[in-house]
Amino acid sequence: MPFVEGLRCRECARSYPAEALHVCEWCFGPLEVVYDYEAIAASVSRERIAAGPKSMWRYADLLPASAEGAVDLGAGFTPLVRADHLAAELGLSELWLKNDTVNPTGSFKDRVVSVALTKARELGFKVAACASTGNLANAVAAHAARAGMRSVVFIPADLERAKVVTTAVFGGTLVALEGNYDDVNRLCAELASEYPTWAFVNVNIRSYYAEGSKTLAFEVAEQLGWRAPDHVVVPVGSGSQLTKVAKGFRELYKVGLLDQEPSVRVSGAQAEGCAPVAQAFEAGTGFVRPVKPSGIAKSLAIGNPADGAYALEEVRASGGAVAAVSDAEVVEAIRLLARTEGIFAETAGGVTVGVLAKLAASGVIKPNERVVALITGNGLKTIEAVAPQCQPTVTIEPSLEAFQAAGVADWQS
Amino acid sequence: MSAKVRIPTQLRALAGGVPEVEVQATTVGEALKALDVAHPGFAERLFDESGELRRFVNVFLGEEDVRFLEGLSTAVPEGAVVSVVPAVAGG
Repeated sequence: MPFVEGLRCRECARSYPAEALHVCEWCFGPLEVVYDYEAIAASVSRERIAAGPKSMWRYADLLPASAEGAVDLGAGFTPLVRADHLAAELGLSELWLKNDTVNPTGSFKDRVVSVALTKARELGFKVAACASTGNLANAVAAHAARAGMRSVVFIPADLERAKVVTTAVFGGTLVALEGNYDDVNRLCAELASEYPTWAFVNVNIRSYYAEGSKTLAFEVAEQLGWRAPDHVVVPVGSGSQLTKVAKGFRELYKVGLLDQEPSVRVSGAQAEGCAPVAQAFEAGTGFVRPVKPSGIAKSLAIGNPADGAYALEEVRASGGAVAAVSDAEVVEAIRLLARTEGIFAETAGGVTVGVLAKLAASGVIKPNERVVALITGNGLKTIEAVAPQCQPTVTIEPSLEAFQAAGVADWQS
Repeated sequence: MSAKVRIPTQLRALAGGVPEVEVQATTVGEALKALDVAHPGFAERLFDESGELRRFVNVFLGEEDVRFLEGLSTAVPEGAVVSVVPAVAGG
């Protein structure tokens, strides 16, 4: 990480060394990684990136940890697929889907964890921990196993079964708490004070961890032929991913990888059961009032989003919007995405596609825009959400007569 | 009422390194002000110029965020634990 100069408070600009710190000691504002962009610009090039690994580590120059010795399961460089069928359904002319369902543990969280544990190991940590709504739990447990680190993962006890199993299988300690994600998060924020030798990826390592989400923007731009999209739709839990995606496009221009200064409209997607950022957007306020989450989109069920206010600023400054959809719309959107493009997304993907549809219908997303939607998690993690609607068309005797009598091939005439 | 205020790592130096301080208070706001009287310096770190909690400071009474209660005017029962927790975490 030769290009990191240190950390700086986003609120009051106080400087800190590049250690396991995430909060300003003075004002409690978040600490952000400070880079030497001139040095990066002198080092980085499209050719150097193209010659790099087919993973997010091809952008190591713009990350706060070293690619050599990275804790790496192969996260990133996921497909960006043109989605003409879905675009036609929504009345859009150019729609692309960033398919992050195919990451090693099935979500974009592999990106942030790969950066976080690489940095944690550089700092000498031997224990990886996190507060998770499920996707992060999978990613931390798996990457810790890969790194030979012990893991201690905290989740709400009511999580989807698949997310519990696909975390526990990696053999770390999995603590289910009787409370919601905000309760889990609060406990981990306190535990980080009591267990300073643990690397809580989204607490004391958060400044580095969050930077991993920039690679979504980097890949989108490279895969579009080093062009930024006109509009990107991002799911909003804590708001961190949205702010980092917006930052990622800006950085590409800053270091000379984009020829033109990008002007990307950024829109956020939430579920109605937990929509504090969408509510603040609607109300026109800068303050995000915490809510008590409910509903099926558990991976986005953060009632008190740490970066909610910053996500709002990015959205407003870029001319985007934040909208929310109901659980029924989430289920319908999961099925629409699967039916039209062959991608099975978890509930957060349903939220994104549902909001994409809503913003396209309301004219916020314009028909002639080049639109990218981030599909950040795999549907196999949340099959409960669609299981009632997704059953065999018929169940019949294994005979020709029974098949023909069932009438399921009537379209074949 | 006697209550305990739990202090995050970032502020423990102000209280000689201890993780919690016993105070006398009837509301959450009074508890935090009592902490500042016992260990000067806390108030300017916890409150902004208008006397409100800073944007990135969460305060809990027991398990509940005081913003879901009565904020700084929330009554503090005898033996309660008031926790100051940095808001920037998670996600």
